Amino acid sequence: MTVRNKLSENALQRLRIWLLLTPAMTVIVMLFVGGLIAGLARSLNYFPLIGLTEPNLDAYRAVLGDETFLRSLAVTSYISFTATAISSVLAVAAALLLRPLVLRQRLFYFMFSLNLTVPHAVGAIGISYLLSQGGLASRLARSAGLTDRPADFPALVADPWAIGIIVEYVWKETPFIGIVVLAILASVGEDYESAARSLGAGRWQTFRYVTMPLVLPGLVPASVIVFAFTFGAFEVPFLLGRTAPTTLPVLAYRSYTDVDLAARPEAMAISMVIAGTSALIISAYLALTRHYSRG
Amino acid sequence: MGLLLIALALPILPLAVWSVSFRWFYPDVVPSVWSLEAWVAVLSPANNLAAATADTVAVASLVTVLATLIGVPAGRALGLNEFPGKRVVELLILAPIVVPGVAVALGIHGLFIRYGIANSRLGVAVVHLVPTVPYLTLLVSGVFANFDTDYELQARSLGASALATQRFVTLPAVGPGVAVGALFTFLISSSQYVLTLLIGGGEVVTLPLLLFSFARSGENAIAGALSLVYIAPGVVALWLSSRHLSGNSAALGGLQKL
Repeated sequence: MTVRNKLSENALQRLRIWLLLTPAMTVIVMLFVGGLIAGLARSLNYFPLIGLTEPNLDAYRAVLGDETFLRSLAVTSYISFTATAISSVLAVAAALLLRPLVLRQRLFYFMFSLNLTVPHAVGAIGISYLLSQGGLASRLARSAGLTDRPADFPALVADPWAIGIIVEYVWKETPFIGIVVLAILASVGEDYESAARSLGAGRWQTFRYVTMPLVLPGLVPASVIVFAFTFGAFEVPFLLGRTAPTTLPVLAYRSYTDVDLAARPEAMAISMVIAGTSALIISAYLALTRHYSRG
Repeated sequence: MGLLLIALALPILPLAVWSVSFRWFYPDVVPSVWSLEAWVAVLSPANNLAAATADTVAVASLVTVLATLIGVPAGRALGLNEFPGKRVVELLILAPIVVPGVAVALGIHGLFIRYGIANSRLGVAVVHLVPTVPYLTLLVSGVFANFDTDYELQARSLGASALATQRFVTLPAVGPGVAVGALFTFLISSSQYVLTLLIGGGEVVTLPLLLFSFARSGENAIAGALSLVYIAPGVVALWLSSRHLSGNSAALGGLQKL
């Protein structure tokens, strides 16, 4: 084959690749990128259709100076951080506990992953029937003689500490992270840990210096995904959260659907803050992993 | 161990009990009057549930067909080739998975009003492509990464046509993975709440929207029964996929989106 032929063959192959990619790229650019740009333009008060041709930062100024927004940002960060931290710790514990069983029996694996298939909406409704002051836990507390009235039971749904929301996230995300950790544990086997133990390492030392470094490359991305997801999730705080302060996604939705159309640029500004934060988390994570993989 | 599995099932328990209760007032630990009324209502065809089911299935089917036609070629290109610009393409595909739906949906709503597809099933189906196409592309690229194209070359050199090669060589190899991806695409579409609410504008009422309205108006029995109906397909999908895609993290990532 001549050099010239080889070159055109390469060009043809390249063309084929881009042809295969075009439909997907079109969807992502038109809808996702287009939606982001439209939101950004609106958040900057740029909307030529109704004669707004001078972009400005008024909406961002209004939002950042608004106590409702700042409290919402704090609540959202608190919920995501707490839920991610608790889920990660529980997931590692559960994975270590389940490891000997899961490797032998697929059924355990299936049962552990079962509630990955339960939508968050269903989980949230279940949690509200379980933990609200008129719920099952409260009724059990009364029949055990611990409380007299619903109001005696601590508020766990629509409460100031967002316990209902955090419980729902922990309940749903622990198996998600746990399965990632289990997959790593299963693939590396127990040889390294046995070696450490036989060389005289204690249980804690083995966990700290052998097991943890092995699972971290899977644990960290899974936790980052959970943080980014909980930061932008709408359904669970919508069902289980307080009206005020609420999380950023619910706040953005409410301002957008407000009868006062002037609130729309502010809704867009809030949604840009959500998008920016998740992009920031992910790029920080990517930069970190690149740093470490370079060593 | 047992405790862990009980904790995982705990939020489902009250849903199940509510679904078969007629009267269940505080402080009763079990319902005082049991009834199958909620199940009859959920499973009988003649009410707004049937309309919601029809909307859900219509939207999710369209999404599954479109996402498969769009995502499978892209997954093939990504899974089999190294090429300049691949990192940018991968970043573009990851971005919609990472950035929350609410953040883009508000902007998309403005665009759809201009194109005249807001408040319609078509608009809802199109917006569902945002979470599903990237997911399916990633999953399929994983499937193709394990596929050896030499089999296709061998079939061609033995005289098979391009179509016959796809039908008898490529499809049997990647079919199960693609099928699982399509199944999860259907599930992801049928469990979207906020995208459907915003773009559908109340005109397109799918099952998750109906479930929320029952739950928020305190119709616990119906909400309980509907929740259980809603869980069932996902469990079946998990069971099927655990055979074909054991340990495929992309498939699990899809479940995470539910």
